[in-house]
Amino acid sequence: MSYLELFVESFATLALNKVRTGLAILGIVIGIGSVIALVSLGQATQQSIENQIQSLGANLLTINPGAQRSGNVRTASSSNTLTNEDAAAIASSSEITTIKSVSPEYSSRSQVVTGSSNTNTSIIGVVPAYLDIHKVTIDSGSFISQSDVDSLSRVAVVGPQIVADLFSGSNPIGQVIKIGSQNFTIIGVTVSKGGSGFNNQDDVIYVPLSTAQKILFGASHLTSIAMEANSSDIMTAAQDEVGYFLLSRHKITDPSKADFSIFSQQDILNTASSTTGTFTTLLSGVAAISLLVGGIGIMNIMLVTVTERTREIGLRKALGAKKRIITIQFLLESIILTFTGGVIGVLLGILASYIISVVSGSLFVISFSSIFLAFAVSTIIGIIFGWYPARRASNLQPIEALRYE
Amino acid sequence: MQSIIKASHISKIYKTESLETIALNDVSFEIKKGEFVAIMGPSGSGKSTLMHILGAIDKPTSGTYLLDGENVGSLDDDQLSDIRNRKIGFVFQAFNLLPRTTALKNVMLPMAYAGIPKEERLETATKFLKLVGLEDRMFHTSNQLSGGQQQRVAIARSLVMNPALILADEPTGNIASDQAEEVMGMFKKLNQDGHTIVMITHEPDIAHHAKRIIYVRDGKLFKSL
Repeated sequence: MSYLELFVESFATLALNKVRTGLAILGIVIGIGSVIALVSLGQATQQSIENQIQSLGANLLTINPGAQRSGNVRTASSSNTLTNEDAAAIASSSEITTIKSVSPEYSSRSQVVTGSSNTNTSIIGVVPAYLDIHKVTIDSGSFISQSDVDSLSRVAVVGPQIVADLFSGSNPIGQVIKIGSQNFTIIGVTVSKGGSGFNNQDDVIYVPLSTAQKILFGASHLTSIAMEANSSDIMTAAQDEVGYFLLSRHKITDPSKADFSIFSQQDILNTASSTTGTFTTLLSGVAAISLLVGGIGIMNIMLVTVTERTREIGLRKALGAKKRIITIQFLLESIILTFTGGVIGVLLGILASYIISVVSGSLFVISFSSIFLAFAVSTIIGIIFGWYPARRASNLQPIEALRYE
Repeated sequence: MQSIIKASHISKIYKTESLETIALNDVSFEIKKGEFVAIMGPSGSGKSTLMHILGAIDKPTSGTYLLDGENVGSLDDDQLSDIRNRKIGFVFQAFNLLPRTTALKNVMLPMAYAGIPKEERLETATKFLKLVGLEDRMFHTSNQLSGGQQQRVAIARSLVMNPALILADEPTGNIASDQAEEVMGMFKKLNQDGHTIVMITHEPDIAHHAKRIIYVRDGKLFKSL
């Protein structure tokens, strides 16, 4: 009896009892379907986080001021360690070869008023290099220019959230807003970058760095220096180069006592990736449990089938079926069940993740490795959970077939 | 004449924890090629046990059973399957056809297990279904056939492997009397064609179709005509 014949026969047997076959398959469908959908959801989340972080600027290195430490005792107040001169030195030094451009920044929050509307938002003092480094795009008007910085101009570029909050969406260019107690003229609006909460890159007002430092906040230091490295491959080298350069400028010999810290966009990306990776693994684990339960369901159905078909199995053995043939027949039945469940589960899983992506507006990501894995796993489940019932069937004695009822 | 069945000193004892039941007690007999033998006895006499042993689906506790020259007692499960497949054609009281399966497929089944190619199976099955007069019912499933027709399918199935022995267990027990006559006529004809037939029954009317009757009572043969 060929495998093809056994397969056809097993298939026909399953087709006879459609309701039971359907219910047995359902467990596997749900298991495989949820694995596919949840893995896809996890990957979509991961990818959208990566995209968002990438949109903050590729090859981006950021220097933040940090307290100089002597042992465990703070010796200087925390945030005055970065200066305009540091930024200028990094930009002009011949020792620095890995950095393409430098953006000294001063950011703080302030109350912003226009007419009857007001809001509390993030004010960032910038130089023109900010635009390229942070991948900011101007929607209308223009960005802060070098002459604005040189002349302490009272001009501002606003994010789309500010336009929505203060101007109800109407064109704000040429309008005057009050930041703190000073009047600023709006000269440009940026394109939306997304983000939310404290990380909302649209809820921000850019002013010239010099204006922010001297007129608005009365500060002489910087809150951060952003830099663009020449390529993403040399981020670590650039981090080291700038780090040692600043250490020597600040006359610090022990790197562990540095009064600043440098991190790259890659660091944030890695953290976020590992977080979403954990998330995906967790979800897959939950789905895998439902798959296991589905497998046990298959075993249960197969055991019932074997008991019910005792006479049939006995008859087959009486007519000359060997153990191997009976084992294969029942094993094939359970593999057909789980594989069919796997196919339907994959289709439903893809459909579910498509619906989720449409409803939530997130990305639609399907990985072929997870589909392949789903087929492999469903088949293996068929073999594992079908094995015991199949062995039991093959060990039945033909004498059962001859028992009078 | 050549011996198809040679049973010597066969005993079958069923043991449970507290009870020992002797189903067959030192039974010896011989059945030769071409015989038509009926084994008779009331229920509980041990005739079913004897039938199981003769059909190579159960093994005696002691004694030897030679079927067509092969010692059945020394075989393992798969070898028993093989010997049943090649040497015994079963006809059961309850017909035991595969449910919802066509007559043709039922008749082809023993040949499938013997590894005979599909074309040959089809040809042989068709030939034997014609022999039992069911050529117009080949594609009916077993539940679409009457009891008598089902038993004729079972007879066709018992013949396809050209077995040394046809073993019929109460073959007319579940069918109407007019159809029973038809089935018995078929057995007689098969016997005339040279087939060796052993039939278990408790009905004297049916047993009298056979040429020889073996009576079983309390696990012993007490009369062999």
